[in-house]
Amino acid sequence: MPIGNSIPIVGIRWDDMLFIVLAAALLVSALLVVTLRDIIRCGLALTAAFASLAGIYALLGDPLVAATQVLVYIGAISVLILFAIIVTQTKNAPMGLAFQTQAWIGAAAAVVIAVVISGTILATTWPAGGQRLLTGTVDVAHKLFSDYVLPFEVVSVLLTASVVGGVYLARREIGRREIDPRGEDRS
Amino acid sequence: MSNSLDSYLVLSGLLFAIGTFGFLARRNAISMLMSIELMINAVNLSILAFGAFEPSLRVHAAVIALLVIAVAAAEATVGLAIVVAIYRNRRTPLVDEYDSMKD
Repeated sequence: MPIGNSIPIVGIRWDDMLFIVLAAALLVSALLVVTLRDIIRCGLALTAAFASLAGIYALLGDPLVAATQVLVYIGAISVLILFAIIVTQTKNAPMGLAFQTQAWIGAAAAVVIAVVISGTILATTWPAGGQRLLTGTVDVAHKLFSDYVLPFEVVSVLLTASVVGGVYLARREIGRREIDPRGEDRS
Repeated sequence: MSNSLDSYLVLSGLLFAIGTFGFLARRNAISMLMSIELMINAVNLSILAFGAFEPSLRVHAAVIALLVIAVAAAEATVGLAIVVAIYRNRRTPLVDEYDSMKD
């Protein structure tokens, strides 16, 4: 059974409805990331924000980038952040102050940035674009391995270097005694 | 609404502003890194939106977005490793307590 172009009762088109739902989920979860007190909940809200962004990428017609977003951001970076939170969490952290004492200056700066960016965008006439198409994975692959092959190789070197650097930075130094926050020695 | 470039760009601008606020206002170093991830994602969204509405940029935008995602993954790895290393020495993830260079 084919479904119509717009939602029967409300009268909004399906892709508009999808965009509104995904954009609201994205903005709400992003706000939760920066305002929640408990940092592990911030990490979970960040995962939700990544997921709704993947939906928006799919809505824009980029299925390959949406899949990469799910694999890399939700699958790797979120897990990395959650592990770092687990490693660095102290017992009294959620009770303490979550924001700097001058957080309102930061809020004012963010509001100014939002107003300036939105005003600039709405004041500019953008190309209309016509109908949106799907970005073909084969086209992306051809472009990636012809015009963009040098950046691709540089990124692979960068990833290797960052993995080695991350292990080097986070490893435990041999022969160094670690002091427990509660005062006991645990080496 | 989903057929105009404006709405995607405004969404990306709002996401960037939220990330800026988080970076400036939070005390926890990991919260600041999460805000940076939000800002990177906002930029990526605007790149893909331009690609989707300008047919000559379409494939370029997807390739650039993939490269940005890879670089962001590298940045997250090194950033979190630095936070964990500092935590080993100072026993706190709060950036305003990293003040040993003050005196």
